[in-house]
Amino acid sequence: MKANFKYNLAWLGVMVLGFVIIDACEFLGIINTFIENMLVTMGINIILATGLNLIIGFSGQFSLGHAGFMAIGAYATGIITQNIATPLGFYLSMGVGIIIAMIAALIVGIPTLRLRGDYLAIATMGAAEIIRILINNFKITNGAAGLFNIPPLVTWVTVYVLMCLTTIITVNFIHSRNGRAIMSVREDEIAAEAMGINTTRWKLAAFVFGAGTAAIGGSLHAAYIQTIAPGDFNIMASIAILIIVVLGGVGSITGTFVAAMVLGALDTILQNFGTLRMIIYALALILIMIFKPAGLLGNWEFSFKRLSRRLRKESAIHE
Amino acid sequence: MIKWHKHIIKISALATIVLALAGCSTAKNNGSSQGNNPGQTIKIGVNMELSGAAAGYGQQQKQGIQLAVNKINQAGGIAVGKTHKKIQLVIRDNKTSNTTAASVAAQLVNNDKVVAVVGPAATNAGTASIPNMTKAAVPSVSPSATDPGYTLQKNGDVQKYIFRACFQNNYQGSSAAKFMTNTLKAKNVAILTDNSSDYGTGLAKAFKKTYTGKIASNQTFQEGDKDFNAILTALKHKKIDAIYAPGYYSELGLIIKQARQAGIDVPVVGSDGMADAKLTKIAGKSNTNKVYYTTPFSTKAGETNPKAASFLKAYQAKYHATAPTFSALAYDSIYMIKSAIESEQSANSVKITTGLAKLKDFKGVTGTITMNQNHNPEKSMVIEKMTNGTISQAYTIK
Amino acid sequence: MQTIGQQLINGLSLGSIYALLALGYTMVYGIIKLINFAHGDIYMLGAFWGYYAINGLHFNFILAMLSAMVFCALVGVLIEYFAYRPLRNSPRITALITAIGVSFLLENGMTYLFSANARSFPQVIRTVTYHVAGLRISNIQLLILGTACFLMLLLELIIKRTKMGKAMRAVSVDPQAAQLVGINLNHTISFTFALGSAMAGAAGVLIGLYYNSIDPLMGMTPGIKAFVAAVIGGIGSVPGASLGGFLIGLLETGVQAVGLSAYKDAVVYFVLIVILLVLPAGIFGKKTKEKV
Repeated sequence: MKANFKYNLAWLGVMVLGFVIIDACEFLGIINTFIENMLVTMGINIILATGLNLIIGFSGQFSLGHAGFMAIGAYATGIITQNIATPLGFYLSMGVGIIIAMIAALIVGIPTLRLRGDYLAIATMGAAEIIRILINNFKITNGAAGLFNIPPLVTWVTVYVLMCLTTIITVNFIHSRNGRAIMSVREDEIAAEAMGINTTRWKLAAFVFGAGTAAIGGSLHAAYIQTIAPGDFNIMASIAILIIVVLGGVGSITGTFVAAMVLGALDTILQNFGTLRMIIYALALILIMIFKPAGLLGNWEFSFKRLSRRLRKESAIHE
Repeated sequence: MIKWHKHIIKISALATIVLALAGCSTAKNNGSSQGNNPGQTIKIGVNMELSGAAAGYGQQQKQGIQLAVNKINQAGGIAVGKTHKKIQLVIRDNKTSNTTAASVAAQLVNNDKVVAVVGPAATNAGTASIPNMTKAAVPSVSPSATDPGYTLQKNGDVQKYIFRACFQNNYQGSSAAKFMTNTLKAKNVAILTDNSSDYGTGLAKAFKKTYTGKIASNQTFQEGDKDFNAILTALKHKKIDAIYAPGYYSELGLIIKQARQAGIDVPVVGSDGMADAKLTKIAGKSNTNKVYYTTPFSTKAGETNPKAASFLKAYQAKYHATAPTFSALAYDSIYMIKSAIESEQSANSVKITTGLAKLKDFKGVTGTITMNQNHNPEKSMVIEKMTNGTISQAYTIK
Repeated sequence: MQTIGQQLINGLSLGSIYALLALGYTMVYGIIKLINFAHGDIYMLGAFWGYYAINGLHFNFILAMLSAMVFCALVGVLIEYFAYRPLRNSPRITALITAIGVSFLLENGMTYLFSANARSFPQVIRTVTYHVAGLRISNIQLLILGTACFLMLLLELIIKRTKMGKAMRAVSVDPQAAQLVGINLNHTISFTFALGSAMAGAAGVLIGLYYNSIDPLMGMTPGIKAFVAAVIGGIGSVPGASLGGFLIGLLETGVQAVGLSAYKDAVVYFVLIVILLVLPAGIFGKKTKEKV
């Protein structure tokens, strides 16, 4: 465990370094509002996609309803911070969002996680759509008009820190005993069950955990963009997160990071192409998938542990 | 399990350090509160829905914008003080996504250094762009963001840099309600609302607030719906004198068609989203009877308003179709910016903002416009009646 | 009573459209286990082909529909050849993302070429409304219902009675074993795509005529609904897809008839989830026992 802690510390170092670099760029004016917008969108997408990757890549359950849980987080923040417009209110609203999203995930997950593959996908998609339609018709959520003038309680710093936090927690969860139980469900459900692993419980654990991170992403989205509407959380939004996961490589958190950044940058660059933007985007998507069917990084994961081992080996050879 | 918990505690301890770090993050001083200045040309940004669900409306607005800019540039550009400067358009697509609309707004004001923006078409995309517009002190004129709160802050103060060229929902909805009570003498109405955006729901809300008669039925539909037979069959056996249906022509055309085919021949009243020649094309000429809608722009306006006449002619010549309302509103948005630049004799973005707020008796295609203190244009409204697919009568609302 | 009868007619004519679309989903899924997200967009292409065939080439309705079926079959085969075939041995989720990419490409490509505006479909057949026992039904509704039933029967015959149909069934059970007995995998899959896409093409022209409004995004919502219909019916089963389509059509109509139009789609998805929980493979789906 001590060894793991060392690598966690190394990661933390990387994160602090990243923070200092962005902060310096911001200070020097290299990052203007436009670039900051792009970075924040990437950060939120990383949070969302990491959670979905846990569900799809590590527990092997094909969920297409991530946007529904994101909507819960976003609306919790939208409604609560309009009444309590303080940073404390924001964190409170995020907590409330996470709890509601997790409860919703339990309600959706307990019956549907018995389903397999595409049937589960379509059931979760249906559940997310039900959430969206309810939001679209409730009074407290202001119906189809959505909420705007949400207080700006989130800066890029909040997004960055929360991105790091959720990633650290998710990765440590995956590398824990529980994570191995979840992965065994992915590899072979029957074998896992024979080993005495309660498969339903671990599938549900991954699903609920993923829903919680989706709610965090939603909260940040609501407070940063300051406008939310039910239409932001439709099937296409779920698919957009799925695309990041698959493009990066199912089962690779590093891949999720890379894909979220590549797609975020691509989307921003394509803003210069006017009406052609979505055509180029679609073509890029098809071509990447055809030439990199396992995603950009497959299930390769960057790891300090491996790196240090390799370095040690190399230095041993040199000696 | 216990080890894992310990881990979490360690991590959160470290996270606290990071959070503390966050506290020392450089408080960025926004130096651009002076706004953007024009260069050789006057750069105007277009933040528009050119793909995605609202692309149809966005593309119509783009046509209106391009028509206006071509016309201004052909005439030598805009007089800024003593010189004349041409307009350079920077058109960007926001994919009908609120997040992208915010990003497009940031790019337009920060990287392209535009001095004013036209768009977005939808209220939500518009409100998502407000923070970035305000930070950069660049004004935006939306041709079609209708939510009453669009130009207002949370505390009710006006959003300094946000304007619109269209009516806000309350005005249109309540005018329709009064018209239905007073002119159509409708005592029982059915409401059919487009429930996929603030437009339909906002109008229906305003209508319900003003309407004094009985609302016999309250149903909704979604954008992209094509089959309304079930709702209409249910309505047929209710005693109704009229239908109020706020929404866009693509769905309303189908509603009118299917209502008439189902034998419902009560008046159908709608809003400016219907004011498009495509309505008749989709509904069919013989079905488009007893159809009314509130609108700022009438294709009949060419008879009395020379500005509208020349716009209609230019549109017909370029796109071979009757100009839709959205194009007219977008066309006016550009001319409103032009008028603001000329009156302030400067194309600095803050000056344009001042000019737009002071806009008075501006003669546009959609009427004579005065900007009120909430940045809503005050102009006269018309209710048009369609018979056999053509406009047969226009009622002016005071 | 009259209202109920009328709503039944409404539901059936809406359902027949979903059923026609669901057939394409179910066939493709049955054979290569791919959710062909672009299917709804092929239906849109069919509608646009019909529009130009009638307006530009002055085809009559039957000819327009047949040519749209041929055109869509061709498009379906091309999409399969270029986008899905290279991925046949990749993870299924990769193929799904590619299908989504194709869907984006078709929608936005058509928006770029033909503008996003809704356009009215040429009314080549005059609408005549018949009144029978207080119920009204139009000739176009009858035409759609008739065509849908005819095409479904035809499809069932092709699958059950022809050699190609046999090959399709063989491939859907076990592609490797099918190859061993001399079935050409590529031909069979191409044929399946052609058949499914032709159904979508027919649906596109029929709907263009019925609703008189087409636009590049028209395939999105019906596409997803039709997929839901296919899943409810038991994806992979032709009678299941038809049943699922009619079921969703009737359900939507019923929900709107009782005045809950705002929750129309929510009810559809709720019923979907309930059916899947009771019958995890849909109504007509084959239950597969897992072997250890």
